[in-house]
Amino acid sequence: MTSRTDTTAPGAAPAAPGAGSMLALNNVEVIYDDVILVLRGLSLAVPEGKIVALLGSNGAGKSTTLKAVSGLLPSEHGEVTDGSVTFQGQDITRMDAAERVKLGMSLCMEGRHVFEHLTIAENLTAGAYTQKGSGEDLDLVYSYFPKLADMRSRVAGYLSGGEQQMLAIGRALMARPKLLMLDEPSLGLAPLLVQEIFGYIKRLNEERGLTVLVIEQNARRALEVADHGYIMEQGRIVLEGSAADLRENPDVKEFYLGLGEEGDRRSYRDVKHYKRRKRWL
Amino acid sequence: MSTFLSLLAYGLADGAILALAALGFVLIYKATGVINFAQGEFLLVGAYMFYTGFVVMGLPLVGAALFGVVVATVIGVLVERVILRPMVGENPISIIMVTIGLSMFLKAVVQAFYGTTPKSQPAILPRSSVEIFGAMIPLNRLSAILIAAVVLTAFTIFFRRSRHGIAMRAVADDQQAAMTMGISVRRIFAMAWALAAVSALIAGVLLGDISAVDQNIASFGLLVFPVVILGGLDSVPGTIVGGLTIGLLHQFTAGYLDSGLANVIPYIALVLILLVRPYGIFGETRIERV
Repeated sequence: MTSRTDTTAPGAAPAAPGAGSMLALNNVEVIYDDVILVLRGLSLAVPEGKIVALLGSNGAGKSTTLKAVSGLLPSEHGEVTDGSVTFQGQDITRMDAAERVKLGMSLCMEGRHVFEHLTIAENLTAGAYTQKGSGEDLDLVYSYFPKLADMRSRVAGYLSGGEQQMLAIGRALMARPKLLMLDEPSLGLAPLLVQEIFGYIKRLNEERGLTVLVIEQNARRALEVADHGYIMEQGRIVLEGSAADLRENPDVKEFYLGLGEEGDRRSYRDVKHYKRRKRWL
Repeated sequence: MSTFLSLLAYGLADGAILALAALGFVLIYKATGVINFAQGEFLLVGAYMFYTGFVVMGLPLVGAALFGVVVATVIGVLVERVILRPMVGENPISIIMVTIGLSMFLKAVVQAFYGTTPKSQPAILPRSSVEIFGAMIPLNRLSAILIAAVVLTAFTIFFRRSRHGIAMRAVADDQQAAMTMGISVRRIFAMAWALAAVSALIAGVLLGDISAVDQNIASFGLLVFPVVILGGLDSVPGTIVGGLTIGLLHQFTAGYLDSGLANVIPYIALVLILLVRPYGIFGETRIERV
């Protein structure tokens, strides 16, 4: 098991994860319905101004991680039973979801979740609920997504998937987040649209200094825009490193990028069965 | 012609009041998913609260109205907090039973404090009539239509334009997504119950003034069901169309056919509508993208 030492930055002190980061999860354990253990001591850190990707297969606990960060667990009978979540040094482990939005963290949920019966403009107004004046933010969102401006009085439920994803991101921006969390923004979108959406994420990060935590199944795309990556399996982080390192990591190549040792595209058929089932921990 | 015109005026007045009563029902259903069987009793309590302020306490008209609004808001918020919040996640039948229990409770409380005899309350709306094309139309009906129209317009603007109105619709659409916007779902629920109680108060006061302040107000409230089924359980414009339709249907049947039949006809309409359009004329259907 050499991958861990390979990819962790030299000198990083694992004892104090996330010290000085915008968001830090420290040994977080999450249990649903008092019995289902989903996160088993997860730690990760999101440094200010960076894009961090959280990768992993279905059921690894990626969405639960974001829900723990944004305070949505109680509405799903889930609970953080151990560990802590801190945002800009403040402990927010048990804070109300609405308060967290006011602190400056926004979540774009998986599956977009636009308000279907509301128009685009009304969706954006709802996004600005925690803000008093939102005229400038509206201009900003429309300048990033001019398509939305053209259709502002259309009902959101009838937009295409890509347009809904843009609206979901725009709506999250209306709350003036310092940290934007995206749960599978590429879900169900055509490759070109996925590229477009990630382009927006990169631009928001570069031009506005927005810190981003993104969950993806599309590991290749996510590692292209991210600065740092974490890989989850069964409720734990099993691998972390800079995005560039992760892209070169043989295991990541094999399991998440579908590439062979030499960088050529590999067919899933060629991946040896025992290797596919291998776990890092 | 004159019969037609006066029936029209009476029907529209009834309909406008029904629309107000139904608005409260729709607000609660839309935002919280609760079918409130106590809506008629909210009208009753509203009318008696206004009576208390206006007659018992001797407040001026505006003072009594404010008193009524404050009490209605408090009752709405209390009902949500004490009775319905613990029921979140329970099955719909239990929640319906709770609201039926609430309706009996409210009615009994009103009877305990005020008795069952009608209360005399000085007229608030003008009592005289105007002659329109030979028909004598009482001014209080016309005023009731006007007031209901103003209130319904105000509510519509509230839902279309204001931050809280849009937030309420957002919660109705997708609670979890609304939470990620920093919208407090609990606060929205409380707001929905308070607004429902206030719209019921206005309906109850208007009704008390054009008929009498007595227990019948609660039975009038029963007509809310054909109204919301016709308009759509979750549609605000639907309450207006549904209210006016049922009001007119009721009055025209009473005037031209039979007053006994008039009490049944709204429910016959209800059954027919359920057969043809089970989600009402304006009920929100699920949006399916193609």
